[in-house]
Amino acid sequence: MRRRGLVAAVLAPGVALALWVVLGAVVFLLALGPRSAALRATWRVALQSHGMLLVLWWLIAAALAGWLVRQLYGRLVRGPERLLAATRILAAQEDAASLPEAVMTTRATRALGSEIERLVAERRELRVEMARLVDEASRSVAEQRDQLAALMDELDHAVAVCNRDGRMLLYNARMRKLAGRLAVGADRVALGRSIHAVLDPAAIGHALETVEGRIARGVPASASVAQVVTTSANGHLLRVSLAPVQQAEGERGELRGYVLLVDDVTEDQQRQARRDGALLRMTERSRAAIANLQAALEMLDYPDLSPEDRERFLSVLGDEVAQMRERLLADDAEAAHELAARWPLHDMLGSDLMAAAVRRLQATAGAPITTSPPDAELWLRIDSFGLIGALDHLARRILHLRHDPVLWLRLNRAGRHAHLDLDWVVREGIPPVDPRALSTMPDEPIDGVPGTVSVRDVIDRHGGEIWVGRNPDTGRSFFRMLLPLAAVETALAEAKPGSRPEFYDFDLFTAGHGEAVDSRPLVELSFTVFDCETTGLDPAGGDEIIQIGAVRILNTRILEGEVIDQLVDPRRLIPEAGTAIHGIRQDMVQGQPTIAEALPVFHRFAEGSVLVGHNVAFDLRFLQMKERATGLRFDHPVLDTLLLSSVLHPAEESHSLEAIAARLGVRIGGRHTALGDALATAEVFRRMIPLLARQGIVTLGQARAASDQSQFARLRY
Amino acid sequence: MTRPVLIADDEPNIVISLEFMLKREGHRVLIARNGAEALDLIRAERPALVLLDAMMPGMSGFEVCEAVRADPEIAATPILMLTAKARPPDMARGIGAGADAYVPKPFSTRDLIARVRELLG
Repeated sequence: MRRRGLVAAVLAPGVALALWVVLGAVVFLLALGPRSAALRATWRVALQSHGMLLVLWWLIAAALAGWLVRQLYGRLVRGPERLLAATRILAAQEDAASLPEAVMTTRATRALGSEIERLVAERRELRVEMARLVDEASRSVAEQRDQLAALMDELDHAVAVCNRDGRMLLYNARMRKLAGRLAVGADRVALGRSIHAVLDPAAIGHALETVEGRIARGVPASASVAQVVTTSANGHLLRVSLAPVQQAEGERGELRGYVLLVDDVTEDQQRQARRDGALLRMTERSRAAIANLQAALEMLDYPDLSPEDRERFLSVLGDEVAQMRERLLADDAEAAHELAARWPLHDMLGSDLMAAAVRRLQATAGAPITTSPPDAELWLRIDSFGLIGALDHLARRILHLRHDPVLWLRLNRAGRHAHLDLDWVVREGIPPVDPRALSTMPDEPIDGVPGTVSVRDVIDRHGGEIWVGRNPDTGRSFFRMLLPLAAVETALAEAKPGSRPEFYDFDLFTAGHGEAVDSRPLVELSFTVFDCETTGLDPAGGDEIIQIGAVRILNTRILEGEVIDQLVDPRRLIPEAGTAIHGIRQDMVQGQPTIAEALPVFHRFAEGSVLVGHNVAFDLRFLQMKERATGLRFDHPVLDTLLLSSVLHPAEESHSLEAIAARLGVRIGGRHTALGDALATAEVFRRMIPLLARQGIVTLGQARAASDQSQFARLRY
Repeated sequence: MTRPVLIADDEPNIVISLEFMLKREGHRVLIARNGAEALDLIRAERPALVLLDAMMPGMSGFEVCEAVRADPEIAATPILMLTAKARPPDMARGIGAGADAYVPKPFSTRDLIARVRELLG
């Protein structure tokens, strides 16, 4: 584009001069009229012999004029353009002090330049003053934050603070340890990553709904803590408490996020289950034994007993007593202690449980669920998450057996317990479900729940029961679950309004850093900036990756703590010529992971982020060559600092990483190591974000569209 | 020919006493050692009453009870559940499964005889 403009400008004076002379000759000849014939004849002769002289004379004039225009173009057109670009860089950076001399080509632009520099200097002074004030103001906040961090690490819970989308804004070391124990990997716990990779999203969603339901009923947020129990994929049992974080001002309004406390209660639970089981067995065995003794004793009371019968009953007594003695001695070895943690149940209003169950079952059945309105003040003591999972399992089985039944839910008080009934009505003409098929359903493992947990197990946790009931009027079968009522109505915790700790005032909860979608602003996204060193330049011709370096950017901050710096064994010789550039020798990659082992780590690292690289098409080609071998898809949105630089500074000649870094005032360390280049690219990219915003390029979609327009976007590897 | 009374229990020490007691009451007594056997005997012999233990190996008493109530042929059989499972939920389940009476162990034989007479009407 630009080149064409310059060429046109340089050629224009010559063309104009030629046109002017030719037009002058035509006008002169027309004015002469008939007398011009003689003149034309004389000219023709003269032009044939000495025409070149005229052409040369014109060429000299054209060249001179062209040279003059080129000078003027450089000073009057290019100059201001470069001054504009340099001014933008100056405006976007805090540490640059002056404009480069080369961009000021005329007296007026020099004067303009010095005015700009004066303004920038003033702005810098203001900034320094501002920074001092902010620094003072935030020092006390920082102290509180440090106290908070210390406190969080003291807690013997795993803690994570998340925004509404489940992105972690704060976590403690125990949370990372817990993720390691759950076999999801401690690296899943990182700023801006989703908690859903660590804990079951359904459980968290359930707790959130419970909390929001309470808040909607007018319970203060500070008293609206929800508990759920969930299992991890590797069978650990987790107790999760979720406390809401609301807007600081007032107790109304949207949840901004939540605090999670997570405990691994697997061992407690197993110990507890063993103890409970032992206790129950002991009680039941004793009841049976005493019944046998008592019955035999009462038989001995009959006066007309024959001697053989007497003998039989006496031997029953002897036998039972001997058995009881043996059992008692065996039980002594594993005597039950003071009870510790039970299966964590929580209090829940019946109508809340019904609402949550109806939502879940409607999604399962794809049809409305009929309910009888539950008692308004029926509080249950339950594990609502497990219970709804159990209901859902039974509903699925019923739907599987009969086409399109209407599902019913009823919840009624029954003395010190409550009856939760799952009933169904089949359509006319369809035979009812065989009750024998029903009675085994509660003992089947619930699908989708880690570990083999049956509906009966879930009900057992409540100390409840489940059976197939029969409606005496209609003869229909239904499932009836007997559940405990809450012992006391839940008392609301004392909460003084305004007693919210200061650290919530941090801007942690601003709109979530969710998935990278085109409509989101660049300043909110997370980026993985990466670079690969390779054996050569031809991925299709057998060249391989030998080093991957990557770093994450979140909130326009470079997370120095989250990097990948990995040598890779290419399983082929590294050419000498390459070693001169990247310094990686054959012996350095011996015993390093192969690309098939290293790539999944990188893929997970980059999950949910935008990939950024310098001339990234080259690196991407290498990654995509490996897609089939590793089964990974690199379909992330991609940005290229090379293209973005040409969008920002089209007038510049060079868009190499060094040139861009020099322009934006970035110092490069460790050039031509993958991590060194990735870090330099990250710093360059970070500084580009405000520059792009000045050109109206704010969202990911706009940045991608602008990149596609760039002259370099046609590079293919 | 009076219809028999069935005792379903896997513990011989209680069966001895129950059998003796029911015979003194003038009943013909059948004995089943586990749930499946009990169900077969109920189908074959149509007993006038079943004394059913909840805890038996294989098919539990609750399951026997549900199976009896689900089979229209024998659904009307009176069932008295006799069991060491005495928590309220167990009782509720026994009644829910369709037992006519639920007697927790230990029990007094005098009371039990009264309940048996009541059920045999």
